[in-house]
Amino acid sequence: MRRARSLVPLVGILPFLAYLLLFLLIPTVVVIVGAFQENGSFSLSNIHALSNSATIDALRNSVVLSASTAVIGGLLGALLAAVIVSAPERSVVRRAVLALSGSLAQTGGVSLAFAWMATIGLGGTLTTMVQNALRLDITGNGWLYAMPGLILVYCYFQIPLMVIVFLPALDGLRPQWREAAETLGASRLQYLTQVAIPLLLPAFLGSLLLLFANAFAAYATAAALVSQGSPILPLMIRAALTSEVVLGQQHLAYAIALEMIVVVALIMGAYAWLLRRSSRWMR
Amino acid sequence: MKPWLRWLILLVFAIYFFGPLLSMLDFSTKTTGGGRSGAAWKALVTNHQVLDAIGQSLLLCLTTVILMLVLLLPTMIWVRLRLPRLKRVIEFLCLLPLTIPALVIVVGINGVYAWVNYFFGYSPVVLTFAYVVLVLPYAYRALDSSLSALDVTTLAEAARSLGAGWLTVIARVVVPNLGAGILSAAFISVALVLGEFTFASLLNYQTLPVVIDLFGKSDARVSVAAALGSIVFASALLLLLSFAGARSRGRKGA
Amino acid sequence: MFTSAGKEPVAVDFVDLHRHFGNVHALDGLTLAIEPGELVCLLGPSGCGKTTALRILAGLDHPTSGEVRVGGKDVTRVSANKRDMGMVFQAYSLFPHLTAIDNVAFGLKLRGTGSGERRRRAGEMLELVGLSEHADRYPHQLSGGQQQRVALARALAFQPSVLLLDEPLSALDAKVRVQLRDEIRRVQLEVGTTTLFVTHDQEEALSVSDRVGVMHAGRLEQVAPPAELYSTPSSQFVAEFVGLTNRVPAVTRNGSAIVLGQHELPALAGSVDGDGLALIRPEAIAVVPDEEGPATVTAMSFRGPITQVRCELHGVGGSEPTDMLVQMASAAAQKLTIGGRVQLVIDPTAVLVVPA
Repeated sequence: MRRARSLVPLVGILPFLAYLLLFLLIPTVVVIVGAFQENGSFSLSNIHALSNSATIDALRNSVVLSASTAVIGGLLGALLAAVIVSAPERSVVRRAVLALSGSLAQTGGVSLAFAWMATIGLGGTLTTMVQNALRLDITGNGWLYAMPGLILVYCYFQIPLMVIVFLPALDGLRPQWREAAETLGASRLQYLTQVAIPLLLPAFLGSLLLLFANAFAAYATAAALVSQGSPILPLMIRAALTSEVVLGQQHLAYAIALEMIVVVALIMGAYAWLLRRSSRWMR
Repeated sequence: MKPWLRWLILLVFAIYFFGPLLSMLDFSTKTTGGGRSGAAWKALVTNHQVLDAIGQSLLLCLTTVILMLVLLLPTMIWVRLRLPRLKRVIEFLCLLPLTIPALVIVVGINGVYAWVNYFFGYSPVVLTFAYVVLVLPYAYRALDSSLSALDVTTLAEAARSLGAGWLTVIARVVVPNLGAGILSAAFISVALVLGEFTFASLLNYQTLPVVIDLFGKSDARVSVAAALGSIVFASALLLLLSFAGARSRGRKGA
Repeated sequence: MFTSAGKEPVAVDFVDLHRHFGNVHALDGLTLAIEPGELVCLLGPSGCGKTTALRILAGLDHPTSGEVRVGGKDVTRVSANKRDMGMVFQAYSLFPHLTAIDNVAFGLKLRGTGSGERRRRAGEMLELVGLSEHADRYPHQLSGGQQQRVALARALAFQPSVLLLDEPLSALDAKVRVQLRDEIRRVQLEVGTTTLFVTHDQEEALSVSDRVGVMHAGRLEQVAPPAELYSTPSSQFVAEFVGLTNRVPAVTRNGSAIVLGQHELPALAGSVDGDGLALIRPEAIAVVPDEEGPATVTAMSFRGPITQVRCELHGVGGSEPTDMLVQMASAAAQKLTIGGRVQLVIDPTAVLVVPA
């Protein structure tokens, strides 16, 4: 009788669990299982396809894109966060920066792609300005619609994301540490190198990982910018899913998706571990 | 940091972030003759495809927020009150969508959506089910921080000792005190839904971002106008949220 | 062993310090001389300026005008990291990424002490505060009291010329507070460093200091050894802030004050004739049962060796009754009953009369 009673409250969360099962877990399982199937039976052909030169190239590009925008976005975002952290919580500048960062980090995607096309794409504002003033064509060989462009545009949402994710860590730096270091004889540089940076490092690296995962999994921006070709993994999935030429590409999409899950899961695992380490200190 | 350096850095960032937005304004109002025209912006309210898409996206915002609240609020409150040991599990599940890329979910969701279409039809509104999943991590965090600030257990015990049933406790005691968290979760969800492209495009629904992308090939100015409107709308919402949230934080109960 | 080996303790002087924040005068002319090796406590309610004074001495804040001298030298313009002072903060000042012993050795490391020597000296300091076996623990693994002891060790490790303590016990549990304040005093006496201690807790101030300076609204009201401060407060604020006090109407005439309509006491030099207040300590009143007495016992609270007795003194000639708090030995209190009439006998040397 007691055991039955302790199970009753569980009924309260059944709807939630059922929902997640349907719309999150089943699709994920479908992908994982589907990666190992071809024509309805078990097969490793799609996994092998992952080692094609095209797929390896896409993986490499995805990693380069994610890593570079994580580092650039991370450093610049940390700088911006450092600038507003000392402002009081109610200051207009601080709240405006945070609100703007929130919206830019979230809405990203298509709108951002078009923002940059309107700036430095064909007929873009900056393009025209530079054309008229310096007679230079900055659109060049269409670099905006390939890797270099992706890196530039991705930074547009990586920097705000870094501000949002890293600001709490900066906020957690207690003023007593700085004052204690000062009274113990530390110069500003010594405080930074011996106290602030070691304390912020786990949170900083964790944030970089988060940015990496974010860029790696991003789809909308690249889809809007790049109409032909599949330089990165997400676009390869698009090609595989929308391919009108080869019908059997569906399962290749599963395999690539599986690859993405693995990479992102590893990154997020490392992120969670770093977060736990630094949270022990910043109470 | 020296004040002048601080303002300089803020200025550089302001240029980097507002520059493209201003360019969008410029681009969307240019005409080939070199003059200005509001045609692209007018199209936002006259062009049927665009208008439809805006309507669908806004409707999706509404349905997503409602379904998210209906699904998440009772569950979170229930866990806090009756199943506190499952908190970590629920947290993990809610943060899972951060680890499983939307793209991946879309790839595997076809089968499930075949059923959804069977029951609910083919209108873009069915995207609600997928969107709630995407919104989960952010909504969870917003609601969780609001719940944590409230001593739910004590409130519930007080209400129960006065004779309230569980439903009353949730609906009339806890929820009204979660205003800030609910608002926050709602606004973040709206921002996300307005920009969501992955699901909509790969499942072939015509929401605003999909149409923006579509028009990119035929009339880029309309795309840019719609995109700018999107960004401004979402930013305004979040700015409103931060100012409203800050004011209500001044009130603290006994 | 550790007594500022070779280093002589120094004197600290505040000279007419002013600190204005816009219209607010946090410090309004503070002048104080601290003798070498002395532990002086700045005591006062929040906002009185005591922490501001300490931070100015540390170099974390700068005065609007006035001077700070250490060992005779003017250090007002010297930056905080060059002042050779050890400071213990109220809470959370240990570096979380360093172990206890590394925290303590931090100041030594900055001064270029070799790592072997650093470890030895830091180890000695930890032993001095009784935490040797916790040397390799991290701050989050230590209790509040232990953390503050490490903070103390860290502040003293590099043998500073002045030790500063900013309400070091305020964030701790009551029991730990009492233990730790005796520790701090013991360590300070052993090391012999000139010390400035800031607190709002008068019991703390009275029990650890050589002298206590009571501050109010940016000014120093009185500086004296604890016993003197308690028994001869120089102003109403000090009398009421330090220890419990009864306030009883009194009338001053021709250099004497009539208290309770009966006792005649010499009034303070320079007091003006007229109505005033007599400030009387609870332990300076004796309560004696008396059928015709002018007061009635209203409540009694047993506190172990002493009992607190509340009496109501009947108003004389239509005036309001006065509520009196008396502290007496429990044995004597046994003779009293609630509701019984009593006589109040006041020790005239323990009364301060101030204008109303």
